[in-house]
Amino acid sequence: MADVVHSSIETISLAEARAGVVEGRLSAAALAEEHYKRIAAVDPEIHSFLALTRGRAMAQAEKVDAAVKAGDAVGALAGVPVGIKDVLTVKGVVTTAGSKILEGYRPPYDATVVRKLEAAGAVVLGKLNCDEFAMGSSNENSAYGPVKNPRALDRVPGGSSGGSAAAVAAGLCVASLGTDTGGSIRQPAAFCGVVGVLPTYGRVSRYGLIAFASSLDRVGPFARSVEDAAVMLEVLAGPDEMDATSSHAAVGGYAAETKKGVEGLRIGVPEEYFGEGLNAEIRAAIEKALDGLRAAGCSIHKVSLPHTKYAVPTYYVIATAEASSNLSRFDGVRFGLRSEDAGTLAAMFRNTRDEGFGAEVKRRILLGTYVLSAGYYDAYYRKAQQVRALLTRDFVQAFEKVDAIVAPVTPTAAFKLGEKTDDPLQMYLEDIYSVAASLAGICGMSVPCGKTADGLPIGVQVLGKHFDEATMLRVGAAVEGLGNRD
Amino acid sequence: MGEERLAVSVEDVRHVADLANLELTAEELPRMAKDLNAVLGYIAQMNELDTSSVEPMAQVGQALGLKAAQGGETLRADVVKDSVDRALVMAEAPETDGRFFKVPKVIER
Repeated sequence: MADVVHSSIETISLAEARAGVVEGRLSAAALAEEHYKRIAAVDPEIHSFLALTRGRAMAQAEKVDAAVKAGDAVGALAGVPVGIKDVLTVKGVVTTAGSKILEGYRPPYDATVVRKLEAAGAVVLGKLNCDEFAMGSSNENSAYGPVKNPRALDRVPGGSSGGSAAAVAAGLCVASLGTDTGGSIRQPAAFCGVVGVLPTYGRVSRYGLIAFASSLDRVGPFARSVEDAAVMLEVLAGPDEMDATSSHAAVGGYAAETKKGVEGLRIGVPEEYFGEGLNAEIRAAIEKALDGLRAAGCSIHKVSLPHTKYAVPTYYVIATAEASSNLSRFDGVRFGLRSEDAGTLAAMFRNTRDEGFGAEVKRRILLGTYVLSAGYYDAYYRKAQQVRALLTRDFVQAFEKVDAIVAPVTPTAAFKLGEKTDDPLQMYLEDIYSVAASLAGICGMSVPCGKTADGLPIGVQVLGKHFDEATMLRVGAAVEGLGNRD
Repeated sequence: MGEERLAVSVEDVRHVADLANLELTAEELPRMAKDLNAVLGYIAQMNELDTSSVEPMAQVGQALGLKAAQGGETLRADVVKDSVDRALVMAEAPETDGRFFKVPKVIER
């Protein structure tokens, strides 16, 4: 890319990429080609992509270049190279959800979010690795092998959207799509030092998302800056007649919001998120961010979210119960793997699921089936739904006093590959600061805010009211600005 | 509930696996029993809370009392539209005659 841009391909922002394409300084085709070259050079080590969609990408890039040349209007993502988490369908492109049970599956339709990205001019480079059916916090549950953290190759990138975070961090795509059921966007964003946004439940269509836990699953963007993530969200948000849970709430001008500043905003700090177990460097980084927000004109208020300690137990009842139901569709009949040599239908179901599912997916199906089974439903599932109501009320009450909440994303920075794989409960506790927002349905994001002494990225979590991504993004942009001044 | 300690036996795991149409190996069963006991023991913390007067929350919109349109509970116009291409769907099936999904025998004679 001889003629080019102010920054190199590894760090180019969405805004720079689009401007280069729209102003004719950069062709979308060359930009895609450069990214494929970098993927070929770097990704054998990182392993963030599971499939490349070169034909589709180059056709789209040429279409964008032709439109620019003809002087036609182009979209908000014209020529921007993106990657798609492998739990989202792309028509005719192998989509596995990181599972062997869907090896080779080519979906017959595009997810709405993929259709929207392409309609806005984005160039889909390929499908990104993830934990199997988005179940995991380290990307080590992918049937196709783990992703490595590009900032430290002996560390996990986080999960379940590990490939989506790693690819953006490693300069393999400018932005990406992930999904978040209990922290799967925010935690990998924090571990890899990129921005990740969890939109409000209902804000973004889930048509074409392979379901894990339907009352929790959400789709959201990863990007290199808050503004870039805001541009992505603006494209993704809005109602979809193919998803009955998508909301008609008005979509904001999110990119413009990020430039509004934060003067006068009330920031809540939940004491329950700063207790024992929080790494000292992360605590210090967040306190520094809070000082910066105060200096920028925010007022800082202690708030209480008293049911926080029950969030992980509640989450692992509700999420697994819903998963046990959603994953019953994988039976070897209509798509994906079918076990050979089963004499009867029942044996075919069982053998297919035994061969096709990994250990963590089986564990969660068993747990979910157990909590829904006769005699246990009230004690677990109904109880968890009641605690979920209390957790949600905590946030609603806190947001009567503050405009946004600032907290850690994770108790520690990225841990080592293999460090937690033997102990599922330890892995579940990784979600301690992220699952409450998932259960409550509020919006949240992770913004990079400094590094540990070992050079590992630290993320700060900004939580906003239901459907108030605008305020959340303003606070996120302010936090990001503080980091940039260091 | 209260003080009751739950212990999931290997037999319980076998029963749940049966309900879930999962075939577990002899090695997997005790491992899963151990993991389930650990996680359920942790989950039991929920019982510290008195929730007798709390309405269960199944969906976010419902809990917030959102207007139907915000919560997504809307109906689309009842008009005929193209659906997913049947040929593409059937092409993904492990075994098909193009019209139906074929499966092993269901009823033994």
